[in-house]
Amino acid sequence: MKNIKYIALMALGLVACEPELDNSVEDAGFYSPGDADFSTFVSIGNSLTAGYADGTVYLEGQKYSYPNILADKFSHVGGGTFTQPLVNDNVGGLTLGGAQIADTRLVLSGTPLGLENLSGTPTTEVSNILTGPFNNVGVPGAKSFHLLSDSYGNVSGVATGTANPYFVRMASSPSTTMLGDAVAQNPSFFSLWIGNNDILSFATSGGVGVDQTGNTDPMTYGGNDITDPMVFHGTYDAILSGLTANGAKGVVMNLPSVTSIPFFTYVDHNPVPLDAATAGYLNSASAYGAYNAGIQGAFAYLVANTPLTQAMADAEIAKRTIVFSESANNALVIMDESLTDLTGLNSQLISMRQATAADLILLTTGPLIGTLAVEADPTSIIGVGVPLNDSQVLTESEVTMVSTAQTAYNNSISMLAAANDGVILIDVKAAMEQLANGGLSSNGTTITDEYIYGGGFSLDGVHPTAKGYAFIANIVIDRINTEFNATIPTTNTGYYPTTYID
Amino acid sequence: MKKLLSFVLFFLVGSTLYAGGYRVSIQGQKQLAMGHTGVAVISSAESVFFNPAGISFLDGKMNLSLGVTGIIAKTTFENATFGDTNSTESGLATPFSLYATYKANDWLSFGLGVYTPYGSSVAWEKDWSGSHLVNDIDLKAIFVQPTISVKISDKLSIGGGPIYVNGSVNFNKNLNRSLSDTDGNRTNVTVEQKNISAWGYTLGVMIKPIEKLNIGFNYRSKVTMEARDGDADFENVPGSLPNNLSDGKFDADLPLPAEITVGLSYEFCDKFLFAFDYNFAQWSEYEALVVVFDNDAGVSTSPRNYVDSETFRFGLQYEATKKITLRTGIYFDGSPVQDGYFAPETPRNESTGYTAGLSYKINDKLSIDASFLYLHFEEIDNSYDYYQEGGQNVPFGGTYKSSVIAPGIGISYKL
Repeated sequence: MKNIKYIALMALGLVACEPELDNSVEDAGFYSPGDADFSTFVSIGNSLTAGYADGTVYLEGQKYSYPNILADKFSHVGGGTFTQPLVNDNVGGLTLGGAQIADTRLVLSGTPLGLENLSGTPTTEVSNILTGPFNNVGVPGAKSFHLLSDSYGNVSGVATGTANPYFVRMASSPSTTMLGDAVAQNPSFFSLWIGNNDILSFATSGGVGVDQTGNTDPMTYGGNDITDPMVFHGTYDAILSGLTANGAKGVVMNLPSVTSIPFFTYVDHNPVPLDAATAGYLNSASAYGAYNAGIQGAFAYLVANTPLTQAMADAEIAKRTIVFSESANNALVIMDESLTDLTGLNSQLISMRQATAADLILLTTGPLIGTLAVEADPTSIIGVGVPLNDSQVLTESEVTMVSTAQTAYNNSISMLAAANDGVILIDVKAAMEQLANGGLSSNGTTITDEYIYGGGFSLDGVHPTAKGYAFIANIVIDRINTEFNATIPTTNTGYYPTTYID
Repeated sequence: MKKLLSFVLFFLVGSTLYAGGYRVSIQGQKQLAMGHTGVAVISSAESVFFNPAGISFLDGKMNLSLGVTGIIAKTTFENATFGDTNSTESGLATPFSLYATYKANDWLSFGLGVYTPYGSSVAWEKDWSGSHLVNDIDLKAIFVQPTISVKISDKLSIGGGPIYVNGSVNFNKNLNRSLSDTDGNRTNVTVEQKNISAWGYTLGVMIKPIEKLNIGFNYRSKVTMEARDGDADFENVPGSLPNNLSDGKFDADLPLPAEITVGLSYEFCDKFLFAFDYNFAQWSEYEALVVVFDNDAGVSTSPRNYVDSETFRFGLQYEATKKITLRTGIYFDGSPVQDGYFAPETPRNESTGYTAGLSYKINDKLSIDASFLYLHFEEIDNSYDYYQEGGQNVPFGGTYKSSVIAPGIGISYKL
């Protein structure tokens, strides 16, 4: 009896007809690559290229890296396979020699929902070198000049900071460079998004590094320094020359402003609620009243004895005078190294002032505000009784350093893109500004820069969500279609995840 | 006989996957071969379904017809904006029918029918681009219809009977377009209920105004499949999700609409029989698919707003030899689905059915009936516009094309 079923199935199968569309998206020529050749697509950059999100690299994040989304769409116009240096799990984090060297991914967890590192042990071992080549040469943490560094993939340099664990595990040899591994694949099309960390590591450290503008030797830079714009320009030129040497076309992305990233915008500068009694105490001579009086005296002395003018003194006195009121929105007290150092006159007159909207309180500082610096000492409330330190806030003058460098880098990127035939500029900066001013919408989904709930930024507050990366991929595809006369399909942003709940 | 019965039973327990809408017009091999006409055809026990009044005029003391059809259906979906291509898994669906009639005396006949006029089984690729609307659906309904027919005169008979329906539903969809657990497994829900009982009825009139001409009328009532306290199984729900999406129960109603059929048959040139049927299905009953969950998933309302639909059927029969009777037919099947309501769980647009078949008479009592249906669908650009996320309609659409072929076989027995 059983055979009858199979015979019947076979007979039916023979006459079964597949429903085929007159014009199928699978048909050759349905989509056009235009003037570009997508057969070998290589993407080079930093964490934004790697698909980094929620504070780490994990499998789901890599799946939704913007170049991987692009490659999926390029496959309709002759694009080949796109390989990525996949990590081992969805837990995130890294180990080196078995010891954990990077945190697991951030997730929302608990009741009420809060931010937590996903429980679990990282299983991605840095010294376990993968066999490439990898079309995605995205290395979290990489700065512009790292792309040319031949020690960046050497495992022995991970501990000292000359190498990057993410590059170590994917490098074709310990002495290769990121650019070398990219160019060796003879790309026909590339994407380049680099330079973010040349300012961002300074910014996310609260500006504890040095603005190295004027110092053209990156070998002397610390990890949190701002790269000299001349160094950036020269490096970027070299990278683009390498990528276009065989005539490859490509896209380059410019750098968004720190003020469009929730890591710098989520925590207000004035979150301190005070009642009349507490405000009165803080303003009294037993608290900041003494500091305010001291400032007056110190500047009177400086005007009398130094070239400092009364106007300059008045301006800084106004800036430094600390006043609290009965309100829900008192400004935080912060340290600002750009203020005139008065501690030589009076060690109590440290360089502190109240924050303004121009100062950016770091996302990671948020949970500390309002806690006690000294146990059981109610006058040691961080941000009120105890000023936020340099690493907890990006002050106005530090913001200026960052934006000045960013403007210089972006000018270089625009100029060098224009100077290279077949290289088009993607204005990610403008897109990110739109994200912070009403949001981006497509396919029935809207993302904004709002932390956690906006959908655009992952839980680390710096890197996009999968949905955010999908929007970026569509911006790239739209530009490619316009500039290269291509008709590449876009991706449906509605299907991409945002923040994950454990 | 025993072998044939076990053959049929074998198919009954086998997988029954339907596709292309949930009314499946395959209720008899002889009549299917004639474009599924039959409201005015007096030929076999298949009349139990097509027009219960017809059994009064059947020859013989007893008539038996049973048959089974293999439906091979597939739907392809494409969206050119995103380059998506998806298709339903091809499966074999096997609607069956079993009819028996018994002439108690000259004016009174009894009958019994067991058949499967509704069913839908569409299985898209798991987590495909329309997975927020449906991953897969399997809807089954077996109709059991005891029948009585009274011959009022040689020119008029009436008939009818109650219909007992036993059905089941299994429906899986993702909760929305993007929710998943931390490993990326999409959050989805399966609603399932078996042994849903419902009742309906059928009434028919057969008129033979002149020799060789029959006029028939048949009304089949609406049947509402009421799922109550079915199982709702939520999978891959993030543990810390503030909403309660624990497994629970669901209620839902699915209407199987009333259907009116009128038609005629006319014998000519001795050996030919022409038949025409007009079906009117009150699909406007199907306003929305409302699923009520007992957890925070709440009430899920998917507007359908179907409209009444018509089908025009034409059939021809030719007694080629004493042993062989040939049949063919064509029908034009309207779609109840309005533009903007084209949901991938029933990806059904207008279609044209081409049918053919034959009967081979083994002896005076027994014949074998074969049929073949090719259902042709034009490709269609359409969408379902009423899925909501965040209070906003999010259309899902593209180009659909379906194809259905359905060969079938059965036997007729006359005593």
